[in-house]
Amino acid sequence: MNTNGHENVIDVTDLRRVYGGGFEAVRGITFSVGRGELFALLGTNGAGKTSTVEVLEGLAAPAAGRVRILGHDPYTERAAVRPRIGVMLQEGGFPSELTVGETIRMWAGCTSGARPTKEALELVGLGKRTGVRVKQLSGGEKRRLDLALALLGRPEVLFLDEPTTGLDAEGRQATWELVRELRDEGTTVLLTTHYLEEAENLAGRLAILHEGRIAATGTPAEVTATQPSRIGFELPEGYFLGDLPPLAELGVIDHEMVGRTVRLRTNELQRAATGLLVWAERTRVELRGLDVRSASLEEAFLQIAREASGAPAALDASVDGAEPGLAAASGTNAKRGAVK
Amino acid sequence: MTAVTHEGTGAEAGTTTPVSRMAALARAELTLLGRTKATLFAALFVPLVMPVGLSTSIDGMDLSGTGLSTGAVIISSTLGFSLLFAVYSSLVSVYAARREELVLKRLRTGELRDAEILAGAALPSVAIALVQSVVLIAACIALLDVGAPEAPHYAVLGLLLGLVMWPALAAVTSSFSRSVEGAQFMSMPLIFLSMMGSGTFVPLEVMPDGLARICELLPLTPVVTLVRGGWTGGLPASDVLTAVVTGVAWTALAMWAVRRWFRWEPRR
Repeated sequence: MNTNGHENVIDVTDLRRVYGGGFEAVRGITFSVGRGELFALLGTNGAGKTSTVEVLEGLAAPAAGRVRILGHDPYTERAAVRPRIGVMLQEGGFPSELTVGETIRMWAGCTSGARPTKEALELVGLGKRTGVRVKQLSGGEKRRLDLALALLGRPEVLFLDEPTTGLDAEGRQATWELVRELRDEGTTVLLTTHYLEEAENLAGRLAILHEGRIAATGTPAEVTATQPSRIGFELPEGYFLGDLPPLAELGVIDHEMVGRTVRLRTNELQRAATGLLVWAERTRVELRGLDVRSASLEEAFLQIAREASGAPAALDASVDGAEPGLAAASGTNAKRGAVK
Repeated sequence: MTAVTHEGTGAEAGTTTPVSRMAALARAELTLLGRTKATLFAALFVPLVMPVGLSTSIDGMDLSGTGLSTGAVIISSTLGFSLLFAVYSSLVSVYAARREELVLKRLRTGELRDAEILAGAALPSVAIALVQSVVLIAACIALLDVGAPEAPHYAVLGLLLGLVMWPALAAVTSSFSRSVEGAQFMSMPLIFLSMMGSGTFVPLEVMPDGLARICELLPLTPVVTLVRGGWTGGLPASDVLTAVVTGVAWTALAMWAVRRWFRWEPRR
C-alpha cells in the first residue's frame, strides 16, 4: 500500500543496475506507482531511464535492490507478470519483411486475450496500413505499430519508453490522447520521456533521474515548486541596487546584476513583484525589459541536473558557481530524492 | 493487494500456451523465409542437388569390405547436407537477422520464454529438413534401387538428434557475429569441416584409422553414422553407443553455450 491507500502496482526499492563493464547506470532508486497512476521518469540521455525500465520489464536482473510488478518479481516470475503488462521499447524490433497485419497476428498468437488485429491497428491510427510491409513504414508509424503491440493484450500495466520520440506534432498529440484514455480506463502507466511537456501533460507524478539517481520526485507542480520564480529588469539610469527596497524584505532569495540587468529569484513571486512595481511607481521610473515568470518544470529539470552534478551553471547566467545551495533552500512539500 | 483485479482481463495467468506461442512465431518465420529468396534457395535446393554429384563420386570409391552400399551413403549424406544447409546455415542467418533488427529483444518483452523464441524461429527450417528427408529417401528408393532400412529406429534417432543439435549450434554460431553476413562467414568452418570429416563426402570407413577416430567426434558424424547404420543394419552396439553419446554431448554442449553466450541484443 502506498500513502494514498492504493495498491502499489510498481514497487522499486534501492534498485541498482550495473553493466558488464562495471558501469553503474542505476545507483539506488526507490519509487512506487499506484494502480491507475501515470508516472513519468524524466531525464537527460544517459540518466538511467531505459536501464531502469528494462529491469522493470523483466529484461534484465537488478544488480541490487528489489522490484515488484503486480506483486511479482518481473525477472524470475516472468510467466506471472508478462500476460498482464504491455511493453513498448525505446526502439522496437519487427521483421522488416512482414506486413503490419502479419506482425500483429504473430504478436497476438503470443498474447493472452489479444484484441482483434483491426481494433489494435485502429487504436493507433494504422487501420489503413494493414497490408504494408514494416520496412515501408515511416519512423512515426513504426512507433505507433509498437504501441499497438504494447496495447494488444489490454495490459494492466503499460511501460512506454519514449513513446513519442520520432513522432510529428500530430502523432504526438494522438499518442497523448490515447495514453490519457488508457489512464482514465484504469491502466497503470510508466512512461519515460525527455520531453518535459509530455511529462507535464500526462503524468500524475514524476521522478527526475540524473546520473542513475532520483534527483526530485512528486507531482509536476511539487517538483516545479522546488524552484524559485524569476524577475528580470534593467536598472534605470542613475539608480543603484541599493536604491531598490531591501530585497530580503520582498522575499528575494538571490540576486545578481550583469551590466544594467538585474535578476532576482524568489519563492514569493507576487510579493516580490508587487514590492518592485510599487517602488517603480513611487519613484516614477520605468523598468525596461521587465520579465516576471513562475518556475517551470523545464527550469526545475535543468536546475536539478546542474545541482546534482555539482557542475557550475552553464545554461543560465543568473546562477553561478559562487552561490551554491541557494536553489536548494526552498521549503516546499516536494520530496527531494536522497542523493546517496 | 489481492482485492483488486483488473476489469477487462479478469485473468491472473496468461491464456496462451507454449505451443500456441511457438506456432504463431513459426508461422511468421515461414512467411519471412518465403520472402528471403537467397536463404530459401540455399535451404531448398542445395541439399537436393548434392546427391547428384555425390552418386558419381561414390561410384569411384571402393566400398567393398566396409559393409556400405551406395544407397546408404547417399541417403545419410544428403540428410547431413539437409541439416547443414536447410537447418544450420539458414538458422544462423535467421537468428542474426532477428537480433540485429531488435526482434529478439522485442519478443523477449512478451509472453514467449527464451527457449520458445529460439525453437519457434527454428520450426520452419526443421520442418523443411524433415520434408526434404522424406522426399530424398523416397527419391533414393525409387531411383537408386535402395532398399528399405534394416534398422529404421537408428535412422530416426539420428535424424531427431540432428534436428535438435543443429538449431542449437546455429544459435551459438550467430552469437559470435555482428551481422547476417558475419554470421554466414562464421558458419563456414563448421559446414566445411562437417562436409569433409563427418562422412558425407568420404565415408569414415575408407579413412585412415587415426583420422577416422577424430572425425567420429565431429557433431554431424553421429547423425550420419546412425542414419547409415539404420539402412545397412548390423551397426555394432559400441558404434551406436559412441554415436549417441557424441550426439547427445554436442547437443548438451550447444544448449549450454546458448544459455551462456547467446546474445539477444546487438552489440552496440
